[in-house]
Amino acid sequence: MELVVEKKRQLSDFRRDINRERRRLFVRRFFSNKLTVTGSVILLLTLLITIFGPMISAYNPYEMVVTSRLKAPSGEHLFGTDNLGRDLFARVVYGARASMGVGLSVAIITSILGMVVGLYSSYYKILDHILMRICDGLMAFPAILLAIALMAALGTKIENVIIALSAVFTPYVARVVRSAALVVREQTYIEAMKAQGASSLRIIWAHIAPNTLSPLIVYATFIFADAIIIEAGLSFLGVGVPAPDPSWGNILYDGKLVIFTAWWMTFFPGIAIILSVLGLNLFGDGLRDLLDPHTNRSKK
Amino acid sequence: MKSYILKRILSLIPVLLIVSIVVFMIIHLTPGDPASVMLGPEASQEDVEQLKNHLGLNDPVYQQYFHWVEGVFQGDLGDSFFMDKPVTAAIIEHLGPTISLAILSQITAILIALPLGIFAARKRGTVTDQTFMGISLLGISIPHFLFGLFLIIILAINLRWLPVAGYRPLSAGLWEHIKYLIMPAIALGTGQAALIARMTRSSMVETLNLNFIKTARAKGLHERKVIYKHTLRNAFIPILTVIGQTFGTLVAGAAVTETVFNIPGIGQLIINSVERRDYMVIQGTVLMVTVTYVLINLIVDLLYGVIDPRVRLKKES
Repeated sequence: MELVVEKKRQLSDFRRDINRERRRLFVRRFFSNKLTVTGSVILLLTLLITIFGPMISAYNPYEMVVTSRLKAPSGEHLFGTDNLGRDLFARVVYGARASMGVGLSVAIITSILGMVVGLYSSYYKILDHILMRICDGLMAFPAILLAIALMAALGTKIENVIIALSAVFTPYVARVVRSAALVVREQTYIEAMKAQGASSLRIIWAHIAPNTLSPLIVYATFIFADAIIIEAGLSFLGVGVPAPDPSWGNILYDGKLVIFTAWWMTFFPGIAIILSVLGLNLFGDGLRDLLDPHTNRSKK
Repeated sequence: MKSYILKRILSLIPVLLIVSIVVFMIIHLTPGDPASVMLGPEASQEDVEQLKNHLGLNDPVYQQYFHWVEGVFQGDLGDSFFMDKPVTAAIIEHLGPTISLAILSQITAILIALPLGIFAARKRGTVTDQTFMGISLLGISIPHFLFGLFLIIILAINLRWLPVAGYRPLSAGLWEHIKYLIMPAIALGTGQAALIARMTRSSMVETLNLNFIKTARAKGLHERKVIYKHTLRNAFIPILTVIGQTFGTLVAGAAVTETVFNIPGIGQLIINSVERRDYMVIQGTVLMVTVTYVLINLIVDLLYGVIDPRVRLKKES
C-alpha cells in the first residue's frame, strides 16, 4: 500500500516537473523573439495607461476652456488642446478606455459566442449546415460595411458599437473554433468516450473545447486589434462612440475639422491607435508561432 | 470544371439569402418606428402614417421582405427618400470614383507588395527579412483612413504637393483625375500591400523549399528564371486569393477613406444616407456592394483553375 502511495507521489512530482519545464520553455521561446517582446511591452504599456492613465492626467477631459482653444503641445498641455479648449492628453488617455474597452469586450464576447457556435456546429451535422450558412452569409459582408449598417440601425451608443462589432466578428471566431474542433472530433479517444457512454455535453466541453483554446486565444488577440481599428473608423465617421465621451476615433473626427491648423489633434490619437494595434498584432503573431503555427491570419 | 463552376455558383444561393435577410432587417432593427426616425421629431402623425404606407411598413414583415426581394430581382432597390430618385440611379452616379480609386489602390498595392514579398522570400531568415516582416505588420496596424490623414498633413498641408481633398472625374483630364486620387490610393494601397506582401513571402518561401526548384537550380537555370518562372508561378494561387480579397475590400471598405478625402463614391453615399437615415439607400447600397464582393471572390476562385491546372484536375476528380 505504501509503495503505491509512494509511486503515485513520484508520478505527480514527475508531472509537476514536466509542466514546470514546459512552462519555462514556453516563456523562453516566447521571449526569444524580439518582435514578440516589443509587442508585449507595447501592449502592457497601453493596458497600464488605459487603467491608470486617468489618475496621472491633471486635467478633466470634458472641461472646456474657451480661452485656451487649439493650443499647440507645450509644458502646460503635453498634447496641446482641442477645438473646444479641452486638454488633449486627458482626452487621449480617457479615450483609451473607450477604444481599448470596446476592443477587449468584443474580443471576449466573440470568443464566448464563437466558441459555442463553433463547438456545437462541429458536433452536430444538421446544426453545422444551418449555423455555417449563417456565418458564410455574415462573412460575405465587408466587416466595416456591416458594422456601419448595424450602427445605422441600432443608433450611436458605445454599447451598440460592442454589439455591432461582436455580430461582425463572431462568425470568424466560430469558423476557427469549428475547424480546430473537427480535427479533435476524429481522434480515437473521442470515439472511446462515446463508446463509454459519456454525454455529448461532457465530450464537447471537457474534451473538445480545451483543444480549441490555442487557436481561439491567438485569433482573439487579432479580433481585439481589428475591433480597435473598426471602432476608430466608426467613431471617425460619427457613427461610433458619441460625443462628448472621448474615443480615439471621435478625437480624430474633431481633428479633421481643424487639420489645417492643429496637426496634434490627428497625430496623438493616431499614434495611440497605431501603437495599441501594433502591440496586439506583434503579441498575437508571437503567440501564434508558439501555440498554433498552422493558422494563418485571415483577412476581414 | 463545368460541374465545379456550377457547384460553386449554387453554393452562393444560401449566402445571398442570408445577406438579403440581414440587409432587409436593417430597417427593422431600428428601435422605435423607422418612419418617424426618418422624418425627424417635428413630423406630424399624418406624415409619418403616409410614409409608413408608402414604404409598406404596415404590411406583415415577411410580405415586406418578399416585396423587397422581388424588386431587387427586377433591379429596383426602392427610392431614396431624401434625394428623390431611385436608389440604383444614386448608386450608378457614385460608382465611378469608387472604381477608379479601387483600381489605382490595387495597382499601388501590387507594385509595392510583389517585389517586396519576393525580395524578402529570397532573403528569408536574414535581418532584411525580419525588418520587412516588422514593417509589413506596421502596415497592417495603421488604419487606412488614419494613414490618409497623416498623408494630408505631410503631403498636402506642409509640402503642398497635392490637393488636400476632392475629386475630379476622368473627363477633366487624366492627370487632374489621378492627382486627386494619389493620396487616397496610397493610403488604401499600402495596407493591402502589407497583406499581399506577407502572403507573397510565405508562399514563395514554401515553394522555394520544394524539390523541383532544386532541380531547376541543378540544371543551371538562371536565378531570375528560377524565381519568376518556376517559383512565382507555382506560388501564385494564395497570392491571387489575397489580391482578390483585397480588391473586394477596396470596392467595399473604402467608405472611411472616401470620407477623409471627400470623394463622392459609394462609401460616401452610404455614410450620408446613414446620417440622413435614408434606409432605402443604406439597404440598396450595402446589398449591391456585398454582392459585388461575393462575385469578385467567386471570379478569383474560378481563376484558380485557369492559372493552376493542378486545381482544375483535383476539383474534377
